[in-house]
Amino acid sequence: MQNSETFQNGRPMPVNSSFELFAWLFMRLSGILLLLLAIGHLVIMHLINSIDTIDYQFVVNRWKTPFWRSYDGLMLFLALLHGLNGLRTILDDYLRPGAWRIFWLSIMYATGFILLFVGFLTLFTFQPK
Amino acid sequence: MIQVHLKIQRYNPEKDSKPYFKDYAVECEPTDRVLDALLAVKGTLDGSLTLRKSCAHGVCGSDGMRINGRNMLACKVLIKNVSQPIVVEPLKGFKIVKDLVVDMKQFFEKYVAVKPYLINQETSPEKERLQSQKQQERFEDTTKCILCACCTTACPSFWSDPNYVGPASIVQAHRFIFDSRDQGGEERLNLLNQREGVWRCRTIFNCVEACPREINITRAIGEIKRDLLFKKI
Repeated sequence: MQNSETFQNGRPMPVNSSFELFAWLFMRLSGILLLLLAIGHLVIMHLINSIDTIDYQFVVNRWKTPFWRSYDGLMLFLALLHGLNGLRTILDDYLRPGAWRIFWLSIMYATGFILLFVGFLTLFTFQPK
Repeated sequence: MIQVHLKIQRYNPEKDSKPYFKDYAVECEPTDRVLDALLAVKGTLDGSLTLRKSCAHGVCGSDGMRINGRNMLACKVLIKNVSQPIVVEPLKGFKIVKDLVVDMKQFFEKYVAVKPYLINQETSPEKERLQSQKQQERFEDTTKCILCACCTTACPSFWSDPNYVGPASIVQAHRFIFDSRDQGGEERLNLLNQREGVWRCRTIFNCVEACPREINITRAIGEIKRDLLFKKI
């Protein structure tokens, strides 16, 4: 089960990568940023404006400025990656290494990056009619 | 004397296909320890009951087991402080050798993996290597570990991933990483900067609750994470 190339003294061979450290830091920083961005989004969409007045024209006006496109883009980027990393952690916890873990991680990454791509495509190619 | 009811998990791999529970009743003082009750069972009712114990005073850490669902040292828990029947099981996550004895080979391999000894290339001083009280306090908490494995086997991250180095080994690494006399900190930090190292810890705090030496293990793991953060970025 354990081959000598990947295991040393019964332990997985140390990998010279700080990916997990960056992932851990990203979760905390993106969490704080998302809290601020999401509260801002909530205040604008539900407190300052009523949902009755939010329509196509509202989005057109909002996305006229690069600031709001960037705001929404940042929120999309952080929320999706934050969620993906959380899901990766859960899959790592609940699925043992092997084919099923690779399968579900592949599905997760594929879905996540397609959503990210479609989201950014919409955000940055949107032209008002 | 009171009658103490115990429900002990038994398993003899040569005879049994899977572990099962067996009930016992013995006479003990309420101020006796659970270990005394187990030894009474072994001595008077069933000599085949197998368990580890050595000092029986909470120092050697050999009688770590699951008592009423929580990892404890049987020699540190008084009968009057636990509800009956006292359910006794071996530590979870290790292969059972027999009854309450588990195979701790992997546990000690992980312990060795974090290099739990002083690394210092300088010439040894004539007497001891001096250290201020403040420098000693930095890692004092983690010197208390007795390697009973109560923390590691209470950790859901370890249950789900047997390759996880586990809280006990991280505690041992912490003891040397923050020792001013030691020079192997970076080496150990690299060993712990892995998916199966400190980043597997989900701050569940089961280890803190289980530790019979009351070491703040999650805090120690957090300190290593913080150290990694500032040294690697």
